[in-house]
Amino acid sequence: MTDIRYLAPRTLDEAVGAFAAAAGAARILAGGTDLLVQMRAGVLRPGLIVDIKKIPEMTSIEETADGGFRIGAAVSGAALADHPKFGQVWPGVLEAVNLIGSTQVQGRASPGGNLCNGSPAGDSVPAMIAAGAIVTVQGPNGRRRMPVEAVPAGPGRTTLAPGEILVSFELPPRPAGSGDAYLRMIPRTEMDIAVVGCGVSLTLQDGVCTAARVGLGAVAPTVLLVEDAAKALIGSKLDDAALEAAAAACRAVCRPINDKRGTIVYRTKVAGVLLKRAAGIAAERAGRA
Amino acid sequence: MAKLHVSTTINGEPVEFLTEPGESMLDVLRGPLGLTGSKEGCGSGDCGACTITLDDRLVCSCLMLAAEAEGHEIRTIESMAEGETLHPLQQKFLEMAALQCGICTPGVLMAAKSLLERNPDPTETEVRFWLAGNLCRCTGYDKIVRAVLETAADMREAAR
Ligand SMILES: Cc1cc2nc3c(=O)[nH]c(=O)nc-3n(C[C@H](O)[C@H](O)[C@H](O)COP(=O)(O)OP(=O)(O)OC[C@H]3O[C@@H](n4cnc5c(N)ncnc54)[C@H](O)[C@@H]3O)c2cc1C
Ligand code: FES
Ligand code: FES
Repeated sequence: MTDIRYLAPRTLDEAVGAFAAAAGAARILAGGTDLLVQMRAGVLRPGLIVDIKKIPEMTSIEETADGGFRIGAAVSGAALADHPKFGQVWPGVLEAVNLIGSTQVQGRASPGGNLCNGSPAGDSVPAMIAAGAIVTVQGPNGRRRMPVEAVPAGPGRTTLAPGEILVSFELPPRPAGSGDAYLRMIPRTEMDIAVVGCGVSLTLQDGVCTAARVGLGAVAPTVLLVEDAAKALIGSKLDDAALEAAAAACRAVCRPINDKRGTIVYRTKVAGVLLKRAAGIAAERAGRA
Repeated sequence: MAKLHVSTTINGEPVEFLTEPGESMLDVLRGPLGLTGSKEGCGSGDCGACTITLDDRLVCSCLMLAAEAEGHEIRTIESMAEGETLHPLQQKFLEMAALQCGICTPGVLMAAKSLLERNPDPTETEVRFWLAGNLCRCTGYDKIVRAVLETAADMREAAR
C-alpha cells in the first residue's frame, strides 16, 4: 500500500477541494469498514484517502428546531446508539444502523459509508428510506439535497457526481402516533449479510394508518422505496387484507439474485413476510408514541 | 512516498511514530511500537483478535489507518494488567481455562472489559451478542462467556 496520500482536513471545503482535485483517484474514508477491507483485498488502490472524521459537521448528531434530526454522514453506529434521544424517536433507523457488523465494527461504521458503499444489502439504507431521510451532498458545484433513495445507482455505485461528498442525513419531525422498524433475514443471528431487509415507518391516528413508507433491501440491484406497499397500508387499520396487499407489492418489486444465501423464490417470499412483521412492530411502537 | 508523523496517546503515554499513509494501526502497534499483544487473525474485521479502544470505543485495529490515531487516545491489551496485577477478567480467564491457544484472548478481553464498564450486569445473551465479533477456534465460547459472567458477578460483589 505505498504511494497513497492521506489527508484529514478540518473543513468540508478543504475536503471537497482535495477530493475533486484528485479526480477518480481519491476515496473518502469514514469508518473504513468497507474501504480498508477493499484496499486490503486489492480491489481498490486509491492514490489519495480523504478522512472526513476531523470535520465537525460529519461526526455530529443534532436535534433540529422543528424536532427532526441531522446526522453527520460519518457518525458511527456506536455514537448514534449513545445519543440520549435518537433511538426513542427513530428506533427502526437505530436498530438498522446497529445491525451493521460486530461491536468493533459499530465503533467505526457509519450510515454514510453504508449508503455510499452502494451495497444493495446495506442494512441502514431501507430504514433511512422508510424514514424519509433527506441527504445533503457537497461538491465542486456547491450543495444539493435529495431523498436518500436517489443515491444508490447499482451494486457499488451511487449517483454522487465526481468530487461530491455526502454530508448528512436529515430525518423529519415525527407526528404523534408514529413508529418505525427494520428487520433483516440472515441465516445466522449476527455478523451476516442480509438476504432480505425491510424498513417500515408509519403513523397511526385512531388506529388508522395515515402515513407510511417502506424500504426494501437485498432484493434488487439497489435498495428500493416501495410506494405501492405504502399505498396499501395508508387508509387501512393494518388489517390482514391491507398487510397482504402491502406484502404482495413488496414481492412484486423483487428482482433478486439467486445465490447460496437465498434463491429468487425464497428472497421474494421473505420480502412479503418481513414487510408484515416490520409493519406490526412499527405499529406497536406507534401505539406507544 | 513521505511518511506521516503521528502524535497520539497509547495506554496513557504520549507516543509519536512515523507511518506509511496506507499502513494499519495494527501493523504499527505490532511492528515499530513493539506492542504485540494485539493479534492479526483475518485483517478484514471479522475475527476481533486485533481489538483495541480508540477514545474508549472498541474498534478493529486492522481496519484503522495508523494515521487516524493523530490526536486520539488508544488502549491496547498491554494496558489491562496493572504491573504484575492482572485485571479480574484476566485472572478469571486463567482460573476457568477460558483460553487455549490464546490468539483470540487479547481481543476477547478488551471487548469484555468494555462491556463490563458499560453494563456491570449483562445477561448471557448480551455477552454473546457483544462478543459476536470475537471469533475463537478453540474454546467453543462457553468457557469465555461463563468467565465473563462470573467476573461480572465478582466485580459487582467487590463494588458493594
Ligand atoms: C466484519 C464486518 C461486518 C459487516 N457487517 C455488515 C452488516 O451486517 N450490514 C451491512 O450493511 N454492512 C456490513 N458491513 C459493511 C460495512 O461495515 C458497512 O457498509 C458500513 O456502514 C460502512 O461504513 P464506513 O463508515 O466504515 O464506510 P467506509 O469504509 O469508510 O466507506 C465506504 C464507502 O463509501 C465511501 N464513502 C464513505 N463516506 C462517504 C461520504 N460521506 N461521501 C462519499 N463517499 C463516502 C467510501 O469512499 C467507500 O467507498 C460489515 C463490514 C465488516 C468488516
Ligand atoms: S485481524 Fe482485525 S478483525 Fe481479524
Ligand atoms: S483460544 Fe484459540 S482462538 Fe480462542
